[in-house]
Amino acid sequence: MFNGLPWSSRVPVGKKTSVNEGGAQLKVSPGPAGECILELSGRLDAYTIGPLWPRAGRMLEDHVDTPVRVDLAAVDYCDGAGVALLLDLLRQTRAPGAEVALVNVPTKVAQLLEPFDARALSGTPEARRAPGLGRRLGDGVHDLGRDLYNHVVFVGEAAAALAHGLAHPSRVRWKDALRIAQEAGVNALPIVALIAFLMGVILAFQSAVAMKQFGAEIFVANLVALSLFRELGPLMTAILLAGRSASAFAAEIGTMKVNEELNALTTMGLDPVRFLVVTRVMAAVIIAPLLTIFADLVGLMGGAMVMMTFDVPLVAFMNQVSQAVSPGDFLGGLFKATVFGLVIAGVGCLRGLETRTGASAVGISTTRAVVSAIILIVVLDGLFAVIFFHLGI
Amino acid sequence: MQPDSQSPPPIIQVRDLTLGFGGTPLLAHLSFDIAPGEIFVILGGSGCGKSTLLKHMIGLYEPMAGEVVIGGEVFTGTEGQARRDILRRFGVMYQMGALFGSMTLLENVRLPLEEFTDLPDEAMDLVARLKLQLVGLAGFEQHMPAEISGGMQKRAAIARAMALDPDILFLDEPSAGLDPITSAELDQLILRLSRILGITFVVVTHELPSIFTIADRVIMLDKETRGILAQGDPAHLRDHSEHPWVRRFFNREATEAS
Repeated sequence: MFNGLPWSSRVPVGKKTSVNEGGAQLKVSPGPAGECILELSGRLDAYTIGPLWPRAGRMLEDHVDTPVRVDLAAVDYCDGAGVALLLDLLRQTRAPGAEVALVNVPTKVAQLLEPFDARALSGTPEARRAPGLGRRLGDGVHDLGRDLYNHVVFVGEAAAALAHGLAHPSRVRWKDALRIAQEAGVNALPIVALIAFLMGVILAFQSAVAMKQFGAEIFVANLVALSLFRELGPLMTAILLAGRSASAFAAEIGTMKVNEELNALTTMGLDPVRFLVVTRVMAAVIIAPLLTIFADLVGLMGGAMVMMTFDVPLVAFMNQVSQAVSPGDFLGGLFKATVFGLVIAGVGCLRGLETRTGASAVGISTTRAVVSAIILIVVLDGLFAVIFFHLGI
Repeated sequence: MQPDSQSPPPIIQVRDLTLGFGGTPLLAHLSFDIAPGEIFVILGGSGCGKSTLLKHMIGLYEPMAGEVVIGGEVFTGTEGQARRDILRRFGVMYQMGALFGSMTLLENVRLPLEEFTDLPDEAMDLVARLKLQLVGLAGFEQHMPAEISGGMQKRAAIARAMALDPDILFLDEPSAGLDPITSAELDQLILRLSRILGITFVVVTHELPSIFTIADRVIMLDKETRGILAQGDPAHLRDHSEHPWVRRFFNREATEAS
């Protein structure tokens, strides 16, 4: 017995899903006492009653002052969707004396109808109402305040944990930090190399074409080297690190939070910030400047290659670079990269720790991590430009 | 109402099924039938392959040998529309519910209706509401899964599994992680759905109170022999099984559970 009807009455498996095949029929006819007879027949299931449902509703609207008898004598099969149709007909608001009634109800259909009360279904469940403008504004300000508070708390906790880690290096989980450094640093080398090389090529080529008109191709080396060492090297590396690693940190810690692994750490007496954040921040602070040095060198190679096609020898290019770039340019870029690494890892971990429940929360955290990290990198880069200018670096 | 007063053909047939991972069989040469409308429980100690067998029965894994037949159609290895047709014959409740966290309960139950039927929008709402009402979740339609308890999530998962009125419901550890009262309520829900809708249930569990409440028939899997140690009515197995281990399994835990 299946869904209230015997096995023999069911259509074969392969045909069950065919919409309207051997489907439900709806016939309307006048009854002997002036009532309206709505005769349903065939299979009443989720696949067959779709077209029939609105027709039945319209028929009730057309006969709003007439009693309606829904005759089910010829129904072969009825499942939950068929029951829903019958209940929908029964729950309609009607004029007094013009009620809808079911007649010739097969026993099995009656059993399926038994748990439900059509009158109780007359209302629709209250949908989640969108909050008003005032409420949304209030919620927005509240969320902003809470986020700021959480950020301050996080920065404080992370700074304390980092200071503790530096004071007690043996307590830092270096094995984890190295694993993260490998994932975020070594495994990022190909993409960093590709982007840096192309950046050096594009930068050199675009400027060389213009400079050639003035016979000043050699100064392309100054332009490429200074741009890479001071700005583009640290900036592009940081953006790549944000895309690859801030997202990874947020997703990993977010998933751990959803799986209650963070709760497990807390109840074991382990501080999640020390356990998870310190290792990631330390790894990022180490690898960001190293990746930047790598990006600078590969970018220079790209620039040198282009300049060789403009008949500038490699030796001349490198001499020009060594004259143009001061240690301050190089070290300033590395300092920026270190700060970017700190920010990227911190933001990634913070967004991960902020993850709420559910699979979508991890996606939201990951997106927020990347967006926040990139915005912070660009803002910080602007600040560094002003500070370096005033410091004469 | 069985045709010609003969027993109806089995709705699920497991034929000579061998399953495992990495070439090592976990269970070998399993064969059993499940009758329509039956509440069939798969039992066994931890790690014996209960859930793995269930996952093979619902087509998530390919067996090493043998086949699963559902409603007379071979399911194992079937592809395309024929497979999709068989998939719609059953619903599955996973151990943790597996509700979609970004959707309300109503939207979770509506999803299969939206994808596979051409019901009008309001009709889909009504069908989904009736399913939720049937599992005792009327009034929770607009709740998100994270806002309700574990037991309610499992009931909502059953409602979603029933959205297209399947003939068979597979339940993986329905009582896991639930308190005894909630677990007993879930058992009553299974019995009620079986009685009202005639659904065939295939349940993986090792909760003895549940087994004695709901099971028409059980099979007990054995890790050592990689096969079926015993099958039949649980009360009969408890008292009369020829395997001492089976009697001990039922009696000892039944005593503790009661």
